[in-house]
Amino acid sequence: MSMPPPPGYDPRQQQHPQQYQQPPQQQQQQYGRPSRMSDSSLRLVWIYPDLLSTYGDRGNALVLERRARQRGLAVSRIDVRSDQPVPTSGDIYLIGGGEDRPQRLAAERLRQDSGLARAVDNGAIVFSVCAGYQILGHEFINDLGQREPGLGLLDVWSTRGEGARSVGDVLAEPDPRLGLPTLTGFENHQGVTHLGQGVSPLATVTAGGPHGGGNGDGNGTEGAWRDTVFGTYLHGPVLARNPAVADLLIKLALDVNALPPADTTWYDALRAERIAATGQPA
Amino acid sequence: MPGTGSEAAAPGARDSSLPARAKLAVTAGKVAAAASRTVGRGSGSVIGGKVALKLDPDLLAKLADHLDVVLVSATNGKTTTTRLIAEALRAAGPVVSNALGANMPAGITAALAGGSDARYGVIEVDEKYLAGVARDTSPKAIALLNLSRDQLDRAAETRMMAEKWREGLQDTDAVIIANADDPLVTWAASSCRRVVWVAAGQAWKEDAWSCPSCGGVMQRPGDDWYCQECGFRRPQPHWALQGVHVVDPNGAAWPIQLQLPGRANLANATSSAAVAAVFGVPPQVALERMQSVSAVAGRYDVVSYQGRDVRLLLAKNPAGWLETFSLIDGPPAPVILSVNAMDADGTDTSWLWDVDYERLAGHPVFVMGQRKLDLAVRLEVAGLQFHVVDSLADAVRMAPPGRIEAIANYTAFQQLRKVVAG
Repeated sequence: MSMPPPPGYDPRQQQHPQQYQQPPQQQQQQYGRPSRMSDSSLRLVWIYPDLLSTYGDRGNALVLERRARQRGLAVSRIDVRSDQPVPTSGDIYLIGGGEDRPQRLAAERLRQDSGLARAVDNGAIVFSVCAGYQILGHEFINDLGQREPGLGLLDVWSTRGEGARSVGDVLAEPDPRLGLPTLTGFENHQGVTHLGQGVSPLATVTAGGPHGGGNGDGNGTEGAWRDTVFGTYLHGPVLARNPAVADLLIKLALDVNALPPADTTWYDALRAERIAATGQPA
Repeated sequence: MPGTGSEAAAPGARDSSLPARAKLAVTAGKVAAAASRTVGRGSGSVIGGKVALKLDPDLLAKLADHLDVVLVSATNGKTTTTRLIAEALRAAGPVVSNALGANMPAGITAALAGGSDARYGVIEVDEKYLAGVARDTSPKAIALLNLSRDQLDRAAETRMMAEKWREGLQDTDAVIIANADDPLVTWAASSCRRVVWVAAGQAWKEDAWSCPSCGGVMQRPGDDWYCQECGFRRPQPHWALQGVHVVDPNGAAWPIQLQLPGRANLANATSSAAVAAVFGVPPQVALERMQSVSAVAGRYDVVSYQGRDVRLLLAKNPAGWLETFSLIDGPPAPVILSVNAMDADGTDTSWLWDVDYERLAGHPVFVMGQRKLDLAVRLEVAGLQFHVVDSLADAVRMAPPGRIEAIANYTAFQQLRKVVAG
């Protein structure tokens, strides 16, 4: 189930309609490719930490780096400031959360810089959080209260929630096709995100969130994904709370089904604690 | 809540000069404070101030009327700087101050109501209340030290805070003493008529990469900063911190000799010297008086616990942790980290990932507090060796010899103080 688009919303006017209306055959071809990694180094690109790194988003980059290195991979991380071009040769792109004005500035600059869209065309993996997630969609409401075009890399659009901000711990059960355990995270947003036909919900909220948590679209969904592009409202940071998601991104980048094991003792302890704490009625 | 200090509302000689309604309000406030103390709910200063403010909303203005007031606000360092300024101004006359950090209107009212025949009011103000308190107290000076991310699950955005300051202070007659090295503070102060710029430094830069004025990308070569797009840039400072000296507007350098450790406190002393000068206290006199301060509301206090020396350090947000790491003893000094996530701390622990815990490499590290598992994951990813413990006693027992540095966030710090006090 997804909500109808808001009044006046016309997907045909969006920036990159072709990217979220790919026919399935093309997707097949993408997945059939050999590993994208041209050398032995995993190229991690963190987009605009100067604008979108408000809620410990650096943690997602650090966890990815750590878990890749634990598997013996070399990692090169490129932090792209908002006055620099987005490289197109990355394997995994991270784009994080931020405040309302930096979000608008980031969207403006990313629309002018087509690097991320080209990287996605090449099959790169994108993992976006909160403000970054909204930017990947067709549009969101900016700090001036206006509709701001996004990048159209995910078939979602965001509006502003009517009630109080959604703030607090959340649990969600991921899309079974992703093979992930329960997601735990901390959300803090005013936006409501509606999902179109071109994406699937990343997960279904099971606990937390005074307004249903997650996308807040009334369907209990959290985040969205299609192919190699992911979006979520969860901070925490989400990859520190869910190392299996970090491993999934690495597997997609390597185009492998499994990775050598890497210790998760402390992650597991933290997850158990947060899952127990969030499951309790407030 | 941060800033719920414990100063009691003592009887004050100034009460006799207050109008009848204000006098009644002060009395009622004291009764409420006494009742609060009796039922064991703390020192009662905040509830006393709340009752008093309800009876007379203008009370704060009336209480401040006879004082030369300086307000101090910032994300970090406001309690310490308030204390340093209070010490400096005592050279010129009696001072009343909310010295223990009750920094919202009720706590400020309670502190001033306890002020006797003070001539100066040195008042720490929570960032969110600065504009209102500035309106009520007609300050002679306002010190703005720094702004950075803090408790984002409940606080306003950092830049919005700067905007609130800018709008709320633009018509003030007060002399603004502002940190020229903080672009957000500079932007907040730059619409004011009278500004004394202080180059106090700023280690944490992650909240000001985007120009507060136009949104352009900030250029930050060395200590300088400017926006290439709109021309907003670091103002020429009148005062500066240079090494361990304060350089005054005449170019004279005065040595800073503090008992308080760290670069951040050298910066606080520099701003305090600039404030003292507004009140006619020369820098050498001000700095000499600041030397007497050894601990502020338990912060920096070296206590003896189970036969070991433990230094208690408060760090509430990434900027605060960064400054704290720069002042602790080098390896192999044992370090205890304690982090809670109660309402007063902020319930979102994501900020742990903005802190460079990698800098603790080589220290034996002990992790405790309500959110020790969040810390454990953070330290694991940082590649550090650490022990997760259940109590301060356990950490101290396991710690190798040497003075122990205990760094904690807000409520975790209060808990440590309670434990070491027995």
